Amino acid sequence: MFRVRHATAEARRPLQLGVMIMMDEFIQEFLVEGGELLDQLDRDFVEFEKNPNSKELVARIFRAVHTLKGTGGTIGLEKIEAINHAGESVLSRVREGELSLNAEITSALLRMIDLNRQLFASLESTGQEGEHDLSAVLQSLNAILAGNEKPGAVPDAGKAKSTAADGPSLLGEILVQGGAVAETAVAEALTQQQGGDVRPIGEILVQNGAVPQTTVQDALQEQRDSREDAANSNIRVDVNLLDKVMNLVGELVLARNQVLQFTSNQKDPAFLSTAQRLNLITTELQEGVMKTRMQPIGIIWNKLPRIVRDLSNSTGKSVRIEMAGTQTELDKTIIEAIKDPLTHIVRNSLDHGIETPAERLAAGKPAQGLLFLRAFHEGGQVNIEISDDGAGLDLDAIRTKAVERGIVSPSQAAKMSDREAANLIFLAGFSTARKVTNISGRGVGMDVVKTNIEKIGGTVDITSVHGHGTTLKIKIPLTLAIIPALIVTTGCERFAIPQVSLVELVRLEGKAADSGIEMIQEAAVYRLRGSLLPIIYLNRELKLGGSAGEGAAEAINIVVLQADGQQFGLVVDEINDTEEIVVKPLGKQLKGISCFAGATIMGDGKVALILDILGLAQGAAVAGDSHEHAAGNGRDASEEAAGQRESWLLFRVGDRGKLAVPLSQVSRLEEFDPKTVEMSGNCQVVQYRGGIMPLVRVADALKLTAQAAREGPMQVVVHSDGGHSVGLVVDEILDIVDQHVSITSKAGNLHLLGSAVIQQHVTDLLNVPELVMSMAGEGRIA
Amino acid sequence: MSATQQQFCTFYIQGLLFGVEVETVQEVIRHLDMTGVPLAPDVVAGLINLRGQIVTAIDLRRRLGVKDRGEGELPMNVVVRTGDGAVSLLVDEIGDVVEVEQKDFEETPNTLASTSRELIRGVYKLNNELLLVLNTQRSVNLSTSAGESGPGAN
Repeated sequence: MFRVRHATAEARRPLQLGVMIMMDEFIQEFLVEGGELLDQLDRDFVEFEKNPNSKELVARIFRAVHTLKGTGGTIGLEKIEAINHAGESVLSRVREGELSLNAEITSALLRMIDLNRQLFASLESTGQEGEHDLSAVLQSLNAILAGNEKPGAVPDAGKAKSTAADGPSLLGEILVQGGAVAETAVAEALTQQQGGDVRPIGEILVQNGAVPQTTVQDALQEQRDSREDAANSNIRVDVNLLDKVMNLVGELVLARNQVLQFTSNQKDPAFLSTAQRLNLITTELQEGVMKTRMQPIGIIWNKLPRIVRDLSNSTGKSVRIEMAGTQTELDKTIIEAIKDPLTHIVRNSLDHGIETPAERLAAGKPAQGLLFLRAFHEGGQVNIEISDDGAGLDLDAIRTKAVERGIVSPSQAAKMSDREAANLIFLAGFSTARKVTNISGRGVGMDVVKTNIEKIGGTVDITSVHGHGTTLKIKIPLTLAIIPALIVTTGCERFAIPQVSLVELVRLEGKAADSGIEMIQEAAVYRLRGSLLPIIYLNRELKLGGSAGEGAAEAINIVVLQADGQQFGLVVDEINDTEEIVVKPLGKQLKGISCFAGATIMGDGKVALILDILGLAQGAAVAGDSHEHAAGNGRDASEEAAGQRESWLLFRVGDRGKLAVPLSQVSRLEEFDPKTVEMSGNCQVVQYRGGIMPLVRVADALKLTAQAAREGPMQVVVHSDGGHSVGLVVDEILDIVDQHVSITSKAGNLHLLGSAVIQQHVTDLLNVPELVMSMAGEGRIA
Repeated sequence: MSATQQQFCTFYIQGLLFGVEVETVQEVIRHLDMTGVPLAPDVVAGLINLRGQIVTAIDLRRRLGVKDRGEGELPMNVVVRTGDGAVSLLVDEIGDVVEVEQKDFEETPNTLASTSRELIRGVYKLNNELLLVLNTQRSVNLSTSAGESGPGAN
């Protein structure tokens, strides 16, 4: 843009360079802001097509296009200015109600947005707008204008600016929107102002008796808030800077862990309290920094309505997209990683899942298909569900296809459960689409989706009912940099197991240690609540010495893990503790070993390896293509058909016998020394994970006669809800069972859900949320 | 230092003097505790914690195919920068930084064992001993050389 034309201009160069750098900065800023505007426009247009009468939407679209035109023009981007000017002209007619939105206009405007994107792309890569042909877009927009020619309808830039730039933050508008005053009263006051009245509009309205003073004050406050929000509450930060801060916090967490290691053999109270404070601050800092990297999933979902619109137009289908939980937050790196898989899944649903309107009507369904996206947090993970009400998977066709392709043998296919059959679509080279379209159906989609999601430690599962639709469930960790892990020891080495893969811990003692693990030829299995759990020995898998669980061990520790939809037990020498670990990559020399996902530095400064559970399972061939467990799964499926299976935690309280709570309501099991219980008001509390956790004695709550005070630590079931934890004190934790229960009788006690038969015993089911609520209501917990 | 001169950081492995260009050396440190990596090629001695950074340690004795250090003889770490981050080379003893002249350089004699010949770029004739120039990139790259794939690569 600014070229040095003469040799004599040499001396002026620094100045001009300065100008150029400034221009670059403007363009950078424009690219960021404009990019956001374009994203918003995509969304708003799709929305607008649904609600063509929304004044608010058309105003927002108009403002965005106007801003693009204005800012683009200011920094000399003529093409961007030109096309947005044309778009603005059309939009102003729509806003004035002279034109009503139809498919032709929407498409022309969307093409204008696409052209904007192309110009943006050139601008980003070359710093220039580049050679793009504007004529088609300009012509179609001008044709729309020409078809609706009306003298004097050229948009009035000045007027557009005043309404557009200030938008809904005008006091009059706020009052009208809030229904406090009629539009005519505001118009009257405005006329008065234009006639020379210098008083503010609020004052005029109050004087005219149109609105009470307090309402005006509220509206003024609202106006101030909205202005402050926009101006002050956000700053832009370079992601690289955040990454660097994140790394430093990772280092700090390690240093903190090391310092805490020393506190165990230190007596100096000043040192101990400083260490404690360091611990708390580090934890909070870590959480804070994590939050800065969090983005709502809506950021990537927002692009989907446009894709759905374009695809349904091109395939002749009618599809509505609905979303729930758009505010669910994820780490930025994860957001990036799931963007493409999500888009692919949505395309797939549209292409293969949802039928044409005619087919749908014939099947007795509404002509318009529904694509439903849901995201929510659960157990430190983010769950994303994408479901459609389309044709569902034809499992028989999938089985046939799998046999044809030689992926499974006919006998395996016959034994396969429906769930396993549905999951065949994730295998490479598998596509059951009758015709290959340019959207999907080339068989290179779902396997890539699965690989990409597993790469970030996530899992994907598919369920489908033929004729009724398909649901894809994705589970992904919140963040990748710092993860909770279980530390185990085998062969004198420590290993970290990511908690995501952890299901439960089983310890076999005494006689059970001798005979608990049975052998089927070379394969070890353990009967876990009636099902066979394949067992692998960590020391054997890693070719370490030592004797984990072999021979006459006193006790055997089994870590039950979940990988690729299969559970297996990993025998280790010792189970140490859970710890927050910072994941560090391994050097190139060690990348080939599939058993390790990385390494971390422990509190004592030594390095520990992080186990890659999927790699370990595949190495031992418990996951993936082993179909020995198909029979077991078949039984699961039939039970699933009868009702939802759930895991239950069994425990004993007082003379009541067994009680159970759904495992989903239990966040942890802890032991506390009774001496650590303190009083806060009338409540018993303990210090827990840097906070105060109220305790509820289940025996008292159920008005049971407590048994004689037990020796040793208190058993506490930690229930967390919305960031608050409550500890339920019980007498003894018994077991975890995984079965379908039918709640038979509603018990007389409010705190109980009812009773059910679990493990051949009648067991009362504790209603934890109700119990916690009522305790809070009585002021018995803080 | 003229263009024909070059500085080498030197160290000993089984009595032989080796050198790597000073510019590639990040630091030299005494023995650190190591964490072994099961299933790794046996030239990988383990992982060390270098001020919060996890660095792979490669035992040059094993890499060169000479016999292991005796019990209780602790190796030193020469941490070199490579294209893929820092790697520590385990050596017996650290020598001086020496300055060599281009004219003293000679190609590796063909009579050396093939593994060694692959890892040694050449020889500088010093006054009273020979300085073997280590090819750092090849030394830390375990995938290309034959016979070093290790027992546990599945």
